[in-house]
Amino acid sequence: MGLAHYLTLAATLFCIGLFGVVTRRNTIGILLGIELMMNAVNINLVAFARFSGSVPGMVFTVFTICVTVAEAALGLAIVILLFRVRRTVSADHLDLLKG
Amino acid sequence: MDGWLGVLIMIGLGIGFAGVMVGLSLLLGPKNPTPEKLAPYECGMAAVGDARERHSVKFYLVAMIFLLFDIEVAFLYPWALALRDLGWPGFVQIVTFFLILLVGYVYVWRKGVLDWGPVSSRVRSQRPKAA
Amino acid sequence: MFNSAFDAIVPLLCVTLAALASMSAEAFRGKGERMPIGGLGIVGLAGAAVSCVLLWNRNTSSFGVIVADNFGLFVTMTLIIVGLLTIMFSSQVLDLHDLPRGEYYTLVLFAIAGMIMMATANDLLVLFIALEIMSLAVYVLTGIRRDDQRSSEAAFKYFLLGAFSSAFFLYGIAFTYGVTGSTRLDRVGTFLAAQSMADNPLLLVALGLLLVGFAFKISAVPFHMWTPDAYEGAPAIVTGFMSTGVKAAAFAAFARVFLSAFEPFSADWAPVVWVIAAATMILGTVVGVAQSNLKRMLAYSSIAHGGYLLVGLVAANQVGKAAILFYLLAYAVTNLAAFGVIAMLGARDRANDELRDYAGLWQSHPALAALMTVCLLSLGGIPPTVGFIGKWYIFSAAVGSGYYGLAIIGVLTSVISVFFYLRVVVMMYMAERDGAPALPRVGAVGMTALAIAIFAIFYLGILPTAVLDLAAASISTIF
Repeated sequence: MGLAHYLTLAATLFCIGLFGVVTRRNTIGILLGIELMMNAVNINLVAFARFSGSVPGMVFTVFTICVTVAEAALGLAIVILLFRVRRTVSADHLDLLKG
Repeated sequence: MDGWLGVLIMIGLGIGFAGVMVGLSLLLGPKNPTPEKLAPYECGMAAVGDARERHSVKFYLVAMIFLLFDIEVAFLYPWALALRDLGWPGFVQIVTFFLILLVGYVYVWRKGVLDWGPVSSRVRSQRPKAA
Repeated sequence: MFNSAFDAIVPLLCVTLAALASMSAEAFRGKGERMPIGGLGIVGLAGAAVSCVLLWNRNTSSFGVIVADNFGLFVTMTLIIVGLLTIMFSSQVLDLHDLPRGEYYTLVLFAIAGMIMMATANDLLVLFIALEIMSLAVYVLTGIRRDDQRSSEAAFKYFLLGAFSSAFFLYGIAFTYGVTGSTRLDRVGTFLAAQSMADNPLLLVALGLLLVGFAFKISAVPFHMWTPDAYEGAPAIVTGFMSTGVKAAAFAAFARVFLSAFEPFSADWAPVVWVIAAATMILGTVVGVAQSNLKRMLAYSSIAHGGYLLVGLVAANQVGKAAILFYLLAYAVTNLAAFGVIAMLGARDRANDELRDYAGLWQSHPALAALMTVCLLSLGGIPPTVGFIGKWYIFSAAVGSGYYGLAIIGVLTSVISVFFYLRVVVMMYMAERDGAPALPRVGAVGMTALAIAIFAIFYLGILPTAVLDLAAASISTIF
């Protein structure tokens, strides 16, 4: 297995996430898509670190995972807030702001 | 590939052990089904209501805080592995990191997120309006 | 404390400590007890400002990843000014809407810490973390009015597109790291100087993804969709904060990454940024004309101003780089003051941010109307305000580098934009107030902050030489 395999896997995963974000109507689904994109990048980073034999990539990954978790927690908190005031989690219903 | 052989054996043993135990109890155990025995077990009480009820948002809050503090441990493992190389400067840095986390923890604590069960009057007076 | 490895992060430390102190103060605050938490923030920011002055011209760096060069310090100073003005405007707004004071100030300070980190980061990893610190805090600030439907909707949309763009940005960093073997900007730059794009197509991917990530953050067309919604839904004071602070920090990082590390490839990215700049200026202005909500109008105006800044980035000569810094400062002060006026005129039950709410402001609030007029004229680029000087330098830089097309588009859109700024002015002076509820009075602290901002607008507009020299000195040390 070469570097290209890992990069292809990461790119595929990234695109799946991207597709999810663009097509999903449920806000939780959109958040999942973003998570998928972030994790695809993690695969990329680890693969690069592994094949270049340098440590920073690995360290970077730990930081990204941490940031991603914080982001996910905040995202869910905002969805809960939205559900409390709007009683919906569908992105189609978010149309108060337009112009 | 050799390095993974142990993992494979471990997985095999795990699945095998679980399978054998369940299989043995199916084969050897006495079977005497009564309506009481078939009902879902809920602390010995008769089941009340539907299992798919809505949970308090409190569970979610605690889960989120657990998640946030839990992920910080991810920084502890690399530090522990490189403990000898990093020495005292590394120790000071990780302690600083956890002191910052501690401020967050104190905040969460004082805001009453960790208070469960019946609310005492003292805590209620400090709790924000919307929990 | 000085001459150690920690020198360069002292401004950052001041702000972070102030944020942590605010958080602890809020935690130990009894119910109903009032604490001067905003004062903590002002102390922290003042400390950061002092350390910035002491660090000036010393080019220190901490651990190789945070560099306190003059460029970073200039932007840091701009951000500190943004922070101070925001805190001064906030006091009255927080009382009015009964917002959580401790959390608000903590989040503002954490956001500023992230912004300062972005402006001084010399490592893509640190840059990413800084971006997230800033963004996460601002997402929460956007939705801080928890009972308000529009505020939470804005927070959600902002969060969604922000996180989405972070993923692109991170993907770009991953490829940069993969190709160059380092995340440090100086090493990336050294590596790239010996390369050509044809050697490695992955570099093109990295460059494109980084560009998309930055374009989202500075709300450049076609990645601007979140801006009007987020700016309209957020409380006005938060909108002012994020339209100036976030933009300044993102632009500083953008300039640092693209003008230092990716400078060898400027022939590859400059045409793309050219198109983005032109599209951003045109769309921001043309769509802005059609708005009836003042916050939404200023959102489009801020998109257009992002376009002018991009012109400076494309021109990338000495004048252009100094002009970016000067323009960031000018825009920050002006825009924040304008949003400060909107925020302080908001009432408890209605935001008062529609254009018609400003009818007859001259009769009820003559001083405020005059101050708002100055801000709007400065945004429109009319002398003797700072907006004029800023635009003048940006466009002369573009002409100096031979980008006549961009300069012409810039001047034309500026002229059109004056139309919608003047619409507000006409509304304030000429229209009659038609039975709408009276606007609230503005407190002393807010008025002081406004007066300082207006003084800065005129001072920088009439005697810009000193600050321009500082800006020019800032960029000469790096790039």
